Amino acid sequence: MSITRRHMLLLLPTAAIAWKHVLAGTPEASPNYKMSEHWWGMLIDLPKCIGCGNCVRACQAENDVPDGYFRTWVERYHVTDYDIENPHVDSPDGGKKGFPPAKEEGGKNFFVPKLCNHCADSPCTQVCPVGATFISPEGVVLVDKKYCLGCRYCVQACPYGCRFIHPKTKTAEKCTLCYHRITKGLTTACCESCPTGARQLADLKNPNDPIHEFMKTHSVQVLKPYMATHSKVFYNGLDGSVR
Amino acid sequence: MNAFKDAGHLFRLAAVFLVGGLAFVGLRAFLVPKSFGEYGHYRGDAIAEIASRPVNYAGHQACEDCHADVLEKKKSGKHVHVNCEACHGPLANHVDDPGSVQPAKLDTAVLCVRCHEANIAKPKNFPQVASADNSTGLPCDTCHQPHSPAIIAGGTK
Repeated sequence: MSITRRHMLLLLPTAAIAWKHVLAGTPEASPNYKMSEHWWGMLIDLPKCIGCGNCVRACQAENDVPDGYFRTWVERYHVTDYDIENPHVDSPDGGKKGFPPAKEEGGKNFFVPKLCNHCADSPCTQVCPVGATFISPEGVVLVDKKYCLGCRYCVQACPYGCRFIHPKTKTAEKCTLCYHRITKGLTTACCESCPTGARQLADLKNPNDPIHEFMKTHSVQVLKPYMATHSKVFYNGLDGSVR
Repeated sequence: MNAFKDAGHLFRLAAVFLVGGLAFVGLRAFLVPKSFGEYGHYRGDAIAEIASRPVNYAGHQACEDCHADVLEKKKSGKHVHVNCEACHGPLANHVDDPGSVQPAKLDTAVLCVRCHEANIAKPKNFPQVASADNSTGLPCDTCHQPHSPAIIAGGTK
């Protein structure tokens, strides 16, 4: 039997669907994990941060973040005595190799690790025209690489500068809060490798999570609260000069 | 039936709309992935795909399952809360195959100063040294034992 044009037209879409399924593969399941039981966030205890850059390196190793791009990075603030409005901030290579001695003497100096704030009302997901970025049922802001067009709307929309376009795939990239780890009962790579415990993964839906006690007994703030993004990355001891 | 006498063009138009509408519904059903809209305005399967990424950092629990001796040593020192992979790096491969994948030997002259080199922005209560003055270029583990770093009388083991 020879294939007529009619048959060919019928066969092509079928073959395309079949091939799509082959390419997709079968995702690995995490049997004991229930999305509805979690609401993830992070606690950053700034007085403990030593600016070692372990988190930045760990993130890169865990998530194949290309050189020169960051899903998390550390900033060093230098605030002079009389000018809280204009802090001097440096972050050489995202703080990946630590920080050189400060150029300026005196003033107030401290480190601020940054990452996606996994906002509950995230501006980045609101602007996506194709539904490629979304807030998962447990509050993690994720990117569907197969759906992303690389239009950069989300990169522009993020008030915290946490997104970038991957130089190879040309799709939007960001911190996934190590979604592949937290769904397996592990903590994120940055928290795992933080030597001082300055970063702690927090499950806000778990009543036994130490975050609740911590929030009750400390002055905790989020970045840019006036943006009303309902950020879930909480900073302890956040200085007013931090942008 | 006078009302429909000249309505032939309306029926034809209705037919065009119907065919167009069916084509739209049909194409949409074909092009939009099944899981789209499962949890919201996105592809539900994307969640499982992101979660299926392999892990590189095994987590301290995996280390402690085998290396109880090191855990014991750490307990007596200041590094008790420092997770193994914070210094040793990602070792999920080693956990999967402890025999053939061995962790790299660490260079303490590089490793320790990442945290302990003095820097004005570090918290004041964090132990810091100017490494050039402190060790005169010797690797830190000449005197300090990394798992329990305090120098005790009679040298470290």
